[in-house]
Amino acid sequence: MAINERLSGNEAVAYAIRQINPDVMPAFPITPSTEIPQLVANYIANGQMDTEFIPVESEHSSMSAAMGASAAGARALTATSSCGLAYMWELLYVAASDRLPIALALVNRALTGPININCDHSDSMGAKDAGWLQIYSESNQEAYDNFIMAYRIAEHKDVRLPIMICQDGFITSHALTNIQLIEDDLVKKFVGEYKPENFLLNSECPMSVGPYAVSNYYMESHKAQVAAMENSKQVILDVADEFYKMTGRRYGFFEEYRMDDAEAAIVIMGSAAGTTKDAVDELREQGIKAGMIKLRVFRPFPAEEICKALSHLKAVAILDRSETFSTQGGPVASEICAAMYRSNLNVKSASYIYGLGGRDYRVSDAINVYNELFDYINNGKELVDFNYIGLRSRED
Amino acid sequence: MALTEIRWHGRGGQGAKTAALLLADVCFKNDKYVQGFPEYGPERMGAPITAYNRISDRELRVHSNIYEPDFVVVVDETLLEATDVTEGLNPEGAIVINTTKSADEVKTHLRGYQGKVFTLDARRISVEALGKYFPNSPMLAAIVAVSGVIDRDTFLSQMRDSYRNKFAKKPEVIDGNMKALTVAYDEIAAQINKGDVCNG
Repeated sequence: MAINERLSGNEAVAYAIRQINPDVMPAFPITPSTEIPQLVANYIANGQMDTEFIPVESEHSSMSAAMGASAAGARALTATSSCGLAYMWELLYVAASDRLPIALALVNRALTGPININCDHSDSMGAKDAGWLQIYSESNQEAYDNFIMAYRIAEHKDVRLPIMICQDGFITSHALTNIQLIEDDLVKKFVGEYKPENFLLNSECPMSVGPYAVSNYYMESHKAQVAAMENSKQVILDVADEFYKMTGRRYGFFEEYRMDDAEAAIVIMGSAAGTTKDAVDELREQGIKAGMIKLRVFRPFPAEEICKALSHLKAVAILDRSETFSTQGGPVASEICAAMYRSNLNVKSASYIYGLGGRDYRVSDAINVYNELFDYINNGKELVDFNYIGLRSRED
Repeated sequence: MALTEIRWHGRGGQGAKTAALLLADVCFKNDKYVQGFPEYGPERMGAPITAYNRISDRELRVHSNIYEPDFVVVVDETLLEATDVTEGLNPEGAIVINTTKSADEVKTHLRGYQGKVFTLDARRISVEALGKYFPNSPMLAAIVAVSGVIDRDTFLSQMRDSYRNKFAKKPEVIDGNMKALTVAYDEIAAQINKGDVCNG
């Protein structure tokens, strides 16, 4: 039943958008996500979908327009990258607190400066505390699948939060590879119609969206957002389960790769997970018990589940494609260390920063990390807390 | 043939990226797992760009660039001075270069590469077939001939289908592009058959 195709990651997301046919898409172009609104505009011009496309003058406006449409009761989305996401900054928080289930196709790109158009996760990681659901994709296939699942999670009455579907700029967005697509009618049936309970254009039940909240209400509104985040965990799993029944492709909060008897593992997000899998296989052929966890859902953060998956390890390396400048390692590493502390779990861990500004991450880079983990396990060699992968020296 | 890795060197605007995507496309139609992707620096016309292909019978999971290619395509010969185009190139593999020079003449620029060297005058082929200089079609055919990832007739018939889609609004260029592909393929095939191949 699946349709074998070959598409880039951007083409795959645009294809999903056509199949979903949302009501409103405001967008402003920015590399490397530009192709998504461009392709959607083509679909609309060709009469293959009837989404209202709004060419706005900035990302501040694209998010504002998406919020207006969503508040009115429409299914809305936009796409962006890097500085485009940064320019949406204040609205990201408003979209989340107004509980607007907008989908954002984020094509991860480094934030300036220095100016760089290539992949890292500093854009979405900067927005990790804005109240959005965040799901990361390893491949064009996952970017597509995650987008098909996005509205089912975001619009669920127990959730009602905006969702960011992330894929790696250029690495998957511009790479043509094999993909299995789902038939239009199955996607339509799976995603379903959007029937909001409350919306501005409902004359039966007048309401106000985004009013001033005095101190007496502000904290409660935030706690309600936290509750929605907590609720989303079950919804994410339920939707993934239904998706599995439709496609045979199984998704969870994270993917465990050869973890059953692993002694050391890398935790990583996005396209680099695929590269790491090849490294794991190479080490396994030598009898080395390496494993990998690919974190898919970063918001909400599946703390207990991750700790359970790590609990039998002797050492773990947590790889981040963004820098926080905290001097305490990457954001994923910090979250996992905090989670382990609360779970009374003390697996030796180290933070590695890799791939900033598109710096390539190779199978050999992953193997070097595993070698350091096993050097610690087998030889007691010190494992450094904070590391950079592939950093050039003065001589390079 | 479990995995074939190809690296393209060109300059922005010459279509090296498009050629890499077309190669991925045509191999996909032959039931292969494929990757075709560019590596971008500062985007501008004339800047050196690199593009890559992985073609495999098995699912492809690696997302890094290619450092030890089986084959290299050089779309612009001025890059021979600026770039180490044979870096990491498999000595059992081959390099194909767009130039009017012979393989013997260009090999001095190849920093001691020991594998096979092919040359093709893509400008002449393109201008004769299309009236304009688009080096990517001849170079695409050249790498297909050199690498053997698809046989000649399958390649040509599927490229005709691709061009029918790509040039739906200007079908007049399809025959020219097909001629550029055919001439280029056959010139390289003749070099292979004659054993007229320079080992670098």
